[in-house]
Amino acid sequence: MAQHLKSSSKSILLNILRHNIGFSSPSHASRHLRHNLPHGPPSTRLSPNPITRYCSTMVDTLSSIGSHEDTNSQVMDFPGGKVSFTPEIQFISESNDERVPCYRVLDDNGQKLTNSRFVPVSEEVAVKMYSDMVTLQMMDSIFYEAQRQGRLSFYATAFGEEAINIASAAALSPQDVIFPQYREPGVLLWRGFTLQEFANQCFGNKSDYGKGRQMPVHYGSNKLNYFTVSATIATQLPNAVGAAYSLKMDGKDACAVTFFGDGGSSEGDFHAALNFAAVMEAPVLFICRNNGWAISTPTSDQFRSDGVVVKGRAYGIRSIRVDGNDALAMYSAVHEAREMAIREHRPILIEALTYRVGHHSTSDDSTRYRSADEIEWWNKARNPLSRFRTWVESNGWWSDEAESDLRSRIKKEMLEAIRVAEKTKKPNLNHMFSDVYDVPPLNLREQEVLVRKSVKSHPQDYPSDVPL
Amino acid sequence: MDFEQSLRRTRSASVSARSYAAGSKEMTVRDALNSAIDEEMSADPKVFVMGEEVGQYQGAYKITKGLLEKYGPERVYDTPITEAGFTGIGVGAAYAGLKPVVEFMTFNFSMQAIDHIINSAAKSNYMSAGQINVPIVFRGPNGAAAGVGAQHSQCYAAWYASVPGLKVLAPYSAEDARGLLKAAIRDPDPVVFLENELLYGESFPISEEALDSSFCLPIGKAKIERQGKDVTIVTFSKMVGFALKAAEKLAEEGISAEVINLRSIRPLDRATINASVRKTSRLVTVEEGFPQHGVCAEICASVVEESFSYLDAPVERIAGADVPMPYAANLERLALPQVEDIVRAAKRACYRSK
Repeated sequence: MAQHLKSSSKSILLNILRHNIGFSSPSHASRHLRHNLPHGPPSTRLSPNPITRYCSTMVDTLSSIGSHEDTNSQVMDFPGGKVSFTPEIQFISESNDERVPCYRVLDDNGQKLTNSRFVPVSEEVAVKMYSDMVTLQMMDSIFYEAQRQGRLSFYATAFGEEAINIASAAALSPQDVIFPQYREPGVLLWRGFTLQEFANQCFGNKSDYGKGRQMPVHYGSNKLNYFTVSATIATQLPNAVGAAYSLKMDGKDACAVTFFGDGGSSEGDFHAALNFAAVMEAPVLFICRNNGWAISTPTSDQFRSDGVVVKGRAYGIRSIRVDGNDALAMYSAVHEAREMAIREHRPILIEALTYRVGHHSTSDDSTRYRSADEIEWWNKARNPLSRFRTWVESNGWWSDEAESDLRSRIKKEMLEAIRVAEKTKKPNLNHMFSDVYDVPPLNLREQEVLVRKSVKSHPQDYPSDVPL
Repeated sequence: MDFEQSLRRTRSASVSARSYAAGSKEMTVRDALNSAIDEEMSADPKVFVMGEEVGQYQGAYKITKGLLEKYGPERVYDTPITEAGFTGIGVGAAYAGLKPVVEFMTFNFSMQAIDHIINSAAKSNYMSAGQINVPIVFRGPNGAAAGVGAQHSQCYAAWYASVPGLKVLAPYSAEDARGLLKAAIRDPDPVVFLENELLYGESFPISEEALDSSFCLPIGKAKIERQGKDVTIVTFSKMVGFALKAAEKLAEEGISAEVINLRSIRPLDRATINASVRKTSRLVTVEEGFPQHGVCAEICASVVEESFSYLDAPVERIAGADVPMPYAANLERLALPQVEDIVRAAKRACYRSK
């Protein structure tokens, strides 16, 4: 390559290289060492050769591109592929003129759009989907009330997002591993978590699979491939990529699926996870519930891009925007995405547009930062349950009678589940010390002995409802 | 190198004090770590390595040399520059059943990933009530090197060792490096493995037993590097070498120092430390890290709580200076404990009772 260079630029280049080589000694292990190897001919990849790297950024005039004899047909052979030049000063606009369109199958009234394409759903699946959406909504309402009555310390509802919860779960297989944020209990519900099991976790009793270790709604189930909710925002995204990598290495017919909100897309972990998933070619679905609000922060204060869907392309990830309140659209999008992810070993980004009808949690009163009218509008005009119900009924698969039967059954089950959960004892004292490590270490065994001795000698200082 | 030669002299003195198997083989800490990872990857297909420059570059410090060639790019994974990203991904892979060995170019960079280490790894087994265990190892150089400045010299032993759910190890010799890293990789809990850049090139004698591929050291047991009866010197990592040199100097003055190599910061081997102090009645603790809330503070507290009536002198703490590490070589030397500081502390502990 050296003969292309004029002598003056060659000496400049060699000076740069000498300076650079001086920094390369391994004992100065700092970020100076990070140089991207060029994606040039194979021989350059294995021996990092600074000369080749610098030379590849020099302009290279090809003898012919197509049939052009034009001296302006110059192309730069740069890491990643050929880049053509332009004489114009052109900035890529910060946004497209038109927003990315949103895929939907049903209109606002639940009527199927005439030209919509979707993955068909059988009667059995459709009825289970609708029933689970109703169950989720009722479970949320009753637990929310229980918190208001002081029987639960905390709760977070998923009102308005029932379609995202249930339809996505319905489109996945039981072997797909789920990494939730905290507003996706519907996925667990679909997979068979019972109302009693939900209640046990919320009340933190001895039947809770979490042994009373976490706040309400922090569900987890190994059996159902649903990783325990971790409250830290967006940390589950890179975790999901790692799990997807593991599934790929094991050759499993399964993918990792992770959920997060519009707010979560601002976290550093979002960027690291998406970038990495593309590079690793990991079979993972990133499902963003863009519900308009991150506690009191509206999306206009969260990002200035056209939502989250456009960010996928920046990382080389195939993406789609879906109407999150349309159960059929969600089902189809997740179904197709899953196929692609597993078959082609690639990540997929799905942005589901929806609205957080409820407050962020029981610690929030959202009427303080948004109008009650706005909430009411979304709850009525775009309600995912009523839209899907219209379609299910239009197929003759549902009726008013079925609805009232379902609702009265769920209400009874919920009230019973809460009654039982409240009465069930709390976890034993030894569970304060178990699971810190695989095997309890000596210092924890000693501490437990000390605590028990203390409780025995001063029973009046300790809660009476914690079984020893 | 002067230091290395004097270390060898110290080493051979302590060899006679311990009972080694009759091997006269030597191994650098670098080779010890490399062979440990190699053997564990060979024995268990679920073990894989990830980090920046671990593959094609053969490792920023050549610890993973040869592994890419042997095991391929899927098991020796070169990551993009995102500690938060690859740590989170490593933890996710561990959740799903793989056994990642995540390398930080230095533990200073682990601060960008510390949320994943603490909240996604350390606490997971507890928060999930045993449903999610995280058999992951985080390893890399920790503490001061030579002339790398404040952002590349901090010691993280105290930070990580304060977290329940983590195990924290700090090898000194090649045998420590092999045995503890193998134990860490096999352990079902998340382990933070604190190496030292300046020790990588150090050679240590290594026994036949330690060279065997099934060799493993117990986690949570300290090692008495040198027996003594007048004062107990407790330390870890590079400072063990300094303590042994100090013990030599003290021996010339008639003071017999017992040197304890912690090997494990969490769980801390309080039993061995306290038994030694009950024998000698005097304690000197040494670490390179910042003094406030350091590892030495915990050791002193443990001894004062459990062996107070055995102490004949106040406990002594030697730590790095309470400043971000300066770059200039003369200032760096002043900011770190030296052999003379350890000798003076031991002497103070010995004269105070008179």
